[in-house]
Amino acid sequence: MTDRPTVAQRLLGSQLVWPVLALAMLLVVNVIATPTFFNIRMQDGHLYGPLVDIARNSAPILLVALGMTLVIATRGIDLSVGAIAAISGAVACTQIVDSSDQGAFATAIIACTTAVAVCALLGLWNGFLVSVLGIQPIIATLVLMVAGRGLAQLVTSGQITTVNNETFSNLASGFVLTLPIAIIGALAVFALAAALTRRTALGMLIEAVGINPEASRLAGVRSRTIIWTVYVFSGLCAGLAGLIIAANTNSVNANSLGLFIELDAILAVVIGGTSLAGGRFSLLGTLVGALFITTLARTIPNVGIPSEANYLFKALVVVVVCLLQSPAARHALRVRRPRAVVPVSVKAGPA
Amino acid sequence: MSTATMPVTSSAWDRVRGLTPPSRYLPVLATFALFVGMFGAGGIRYEGFADPQVFLSLLLDNSFLIVLAVGMTFVILTGGIDLSVGSVVALSTVIAAKTLEMGWSPYLSVAAVLLTGTILGLLMGLLIHYLDIQPFIATLAGMFLARGLCYIISVEAIPIRDETFSDWAFKSATLPGGYYIGYTSIFALVVVAVAAYVLARTRFGRTVYAIGGSESSALLMGLRVAFTKVGVYVISGFCASLGGLLFALYTLSGYSLNAVGMELDAIAAVVIGGTLLTGGRGLVVGSLVGVLVLGTIQTFISFDGTLNSWWTRIVIGVLVLVFVIIQRLMTRRQT
Amino acid sequence: MTQMDLTPAATDLTADHRGTPVIEMEGISITFGSVRALDGVSLKLHAGEVHALMGENGAGKSTLIKALTGVYTIDSGRITVAGEPHEFSSPAASQAAGISTVYQEVNLVPNLTVAENMMLGREPRRFGSINTRAMNRQAGETLAGLGLDIDPTSMLGAHPIAVQQLVAIARAVDVEARVLILDEPTSSLDADEAAKLFEVMRRLREQGVAIVFVSHFLDQVYEIADRMTILRNGRLVGERVVAETTQLELVKLMIGRELEALERLDREVAATEADESGSPVLKAIGIGRKGSVEAFDLELYDGEVIGIAGLLGSGRTELARLLFGADSADVGELKVRSTRRRFRSPRHAIDRKIAFSSEDRKAEGVVGDLTVADNMLLALQASRGWLRPIPQATRTKLVEEYIQALDIRPADPAALMRNLSGGNQQKVLLARWLITEPEVLILDEPTRGIDIGAKAQIQQLVADLARKGMSVVFISAELEEVLRLSDRLVVMRDRRKIAERPNQDVSVSDVLEIIAGEARAEEDSRD
Repeated sequence: MTDRPTVAQRLLGSQLVWPVLALAMLLVVNVIATPTFFNIRMQDGHLYGPLVDIARNSAPILLVALGMTLVIATRGIDLSVGAIAAISGAVACTQIVDSSDQGAFATAIIACTTAVAVCALLGLWNGFLVSVLGIQPIIATLVLMVAGRGLAQLVTSGQITTVNNETFSNLASGFVLTLPIAIIGALAVFALAAALTRRTALGMLIEAVGINPEASRLAGVRSRTIIWTVYVFSGLCAGLAGLIIAANTNSVNANSLGLFIELDAILAVVIGGTSLAGGRFSLLGTLVGALFITTLARTIPNVGIPSEANYLFKALVVVVVCLLQSPAARHALRVRRPRAVVPVSVKAGPA
Repeated sequence: MSTATMPVTSSAWDRVRGLTPPSRYLPVLATFALFVGMFGAGGIRYEGFADPQVFLSLLLDNSFLIVLAVGMTFVILTGGIDLSVGSVVALSTVIAAKTLEMGWSPYLSVAAVLLTGTILGLLMGLLIHYLDIQPFIATLAGMFLARGLCYIISVEAIPIRDETFSDWAFKSATLPGGYYIGYTSIFALVVVAVAAYVLARTRFGRTVYAIGGSESSALLMGLRVAFTKVGVYVISGFCASLGGLLFALYTLSGYSLNAVGMELDAIAAVVIGGTLLTGGRGLVVGSLVGVLVLGTIQTFISFDGTLNSWWTRIVIGVLVLVFVIIQRLMTRRQT
Repeated sequence: MTQMDLTPAATDLTADHRGTPVIEMEGISITFGSVRALDGVSLKLHAGEVHALMGENGAGKSTLIKALTGVYTIDSGRITVAGEPHEFSSPAASQAAGISTVYQEVNLVPNLTVAENMMLGREPRRFGSINTRAMNRQAGETLAGLGLDIDPTSMLGAHPIAVQQLVAIARAVDVEARVLILDEPTSSLDADEAAKLFEVMRRLREQGVAIVFVSHFLDQVYEIADRMTILRNGRLVGERVVAETTQLELVKLMIGRELEALERLDREVAATEADESGSPVLKAIGIGRKGSVEAFDLELYDGEVIGIAGLLGSGRTELARLLFGADSADVGELKVRSTRRRFRSPRHAIDRKIAFSSEDRKAEGVVGDLTVADNMLLALQASRGWLRPIPQATRTKLVEEYIQALDIRPADPAALMRNLSGGNQQKVLLARWLITEPEVLILDEPTRGIDIGAKAQIQQLVADLARKGMSVVFISAELEEVLRLSDRLVVMRDRRKIAERPNQDVSVSDVLEIIAGEARAEEDSRD
């Protein structure tokens, strides 16, 4: 595409360089602390090693962040993903527990399908509030964020529900083709989203809707449908993530499943270069961002920083990443910065 | 032909307006009506609910949230948001407890706590205004920072045994009729009054509304946008630490796991109180009523005894939804 | 058009010109990235004069103003106020030096009252707190002094843009500035409101205020300005006394081209006639929308241009939006080539080959962060659906074709839309609609805020399209334009269609007469 930057051009452009560099730095730090960090070994036909662990652990946050990226691109935000993940885990686990044959393959499939369907409905609900009623996304999804955990607890009747189903557990701990199922699944969703947005006109239309929804509507873009779709997609991704998280512990705690995952997801998206103000987005950037966050969680204990300092470190990282991005972002916008502070809305341009 | 193009549309609207209070008060009145309705319903349904002491206890149990909501109102009026307040509350309780334990005078402790919250707020405000970082992200960092500092200071709960502190916690004034109103409640109400005055009657307050209406316009009008924008986060940080002190008085302990998610309650209270999340519209007295509404839901649940606690979350979510829809319908009509 | 203004005030001004200028900008240069927006520009402002700042879009007028008001910092050159050098680092600093600005977009705050907006930052205080009563009173006095009937306690956002603009001007006036900068102040005002503004400007001039008047309306410049500075492509090309310069000379300075191009167009268009035989391509029967426009009938034939004339607020845009489906009608029906249609969204109208270019290109047209190519192809892509992206070869061909045809600058498909000037953005938006190959093209204010050169190009385009068989609905506040291009005229007033007639020997005053109705006839007979 001559008038659109190619993938290679985008990679070399300012956006992706920073997050990749940051991730590389983290990996270097890890190797210094644990020289065996990059070791991967084959065992029982599966790959093992710290890198493989990181890949597997990044699956839930990657899934949620993918959905979040498209939502943010339409100038929205989805704060309810944690609650949706909890509901997903709750529905699946209670379904399995209430079924006649707890350990059966079919039971797992039915339970997961039901959970995902419920999440799609929740995404439809969010989309309805935002695209039809025109409610601001942050508040529309705040509703489900607050009420959702209550709903999840309603489903589990306030109990921590434990399941015993091998198929279900495999979601989190199983392997296929030597790699963890979790990451394969997440990467599959990534590939699907990338194909859908960049091989068709969907990506451009999403960006148009995010940059100027009214102009897009008048140009005949089905803004309402697009906005609705991204929230459903976000709900689905959150649902899948919830299943993986529940499968990881073979149980669901409605209070804590996916707690604060929305924050990590938003961070992943921002680190990856997509602006919270909507418009141009980068799924690849989100992938790097998700890996970054997961690696960071691993780095902190690895380097010997006490887990109490976990939060402190995250704060530092957030600030540093945003500081790095900020001047870069401003340069890309070509805004002239006088000594006085001018809000970005008073944009420059020869006139 | 001179006034041919003056708004013809306002004539019918003017007639309606003559009958109703100014539109800027309508959302707060709606919330207040809700509160009265809920309280009344509770009084009918449960014995002892309608006692004024229940209302006064409501104030006492939520004084910290009231102060938090006041700070949050300032921030939201400018179109921003502050996710750090819950963590700052926790940090405040931990600092207070730790310093008291180390033997500091309670006044010095209070000063330390307030200073911390204010500085955190200042840092976040600077990041947001001068470095163009989105409020969501900057206050998220603040949340992590505050929570992180909590853990560094102390992971376990620290009880507060200082006598002056306990004094403040339990002191109350007697009202006619033999009712007790805690000093902390009075304090919270005073904070609301001061905030209302600042927002309505000072240039700073009007600039807050102007920024929420249109930041670029405010800048071009020559208003002190930088000072005000950073200022609202300083106020929010200060109020969060103030709220933390009240919370420390309430629980008489400092615990780093306190107030998880409290920022959501503050935001919910502000929204229910009629303030638009986009900024520019809202009254701080509305946030007060919003907190009372939230508190009433809790009281309902505890009076009932049979309802599970998770219904609180669901009801709060529904309430926020209802208010947001009402706000949306009203703003649609006006524009 | 009287070119000499020999009132006593005018002759007094020549005396002032020998004194120290109240503002002097010397050798100002500003560069944005690789674009040199201003190159050694100078401006001299004297007290007690109205000074017009002229130039096409992209000439640098806005940039110069923003340098004076502290929004941009200058790279080189200097600014002196009353002989003393100043550096303005912010709008507040500029205001403190006595420079007050009213921008083209209403830069007020809609969620506060009129009085609050007027006094924001300078509210009268009593013991430290704002004295609301005094504030309302002062605001009311200022408004009354300008002859404006606006309630100071009403919410600003409840008023239409034209009124908000007047409040913005009232605010600037209230500050007792010694320099008042008005950036395209009349673009949202009708003739009466503009006249009122000019009264105020004359009064201020007598008080010794220096006024900078930036405008595209040449007639208004000749009516009110004393001297003018002309910019072209970021450079100063002339500083003239208005009374000593003809309009032709001025335009030549601004665009370096003759007005003949436009006159040629006048002769061309007059020669063509529309074909009104056969069935209409678009027929509106009793279509209306509550609160927007009353029920009207309209027929549109192939190859004809219908001009919609009317004052601001008369419902022209609302009418156009109803035809397109941007707003849904409450009553009536629409027939496209004899088939009844109901447009529930712009998408439906586009599928039926109707295109609509909105008057507010910033809010309803420009997708700033996307490229010129993406902007151009947006409507076409939307109509194909997301599953069928336009093939690359087609994209390149179409985009290059229209960049050439419409002379879009810069001629770079990958340029970001928000970096283009207003005129070029408008051309890209036109291309967006033309690419969908519509049968009916509705243009709402397509030449607003555009330089003369581009205006002529767009008007020529409309004439060409009509000749090739496209039906055009042309809406403009400039009656000359409407009269130049239309085959038939529809006149609107107060949200109602009041007249329709073929455009034969109709003049501007004829149209104004129709709008004014009987009241005007009475006034005329009294004069």
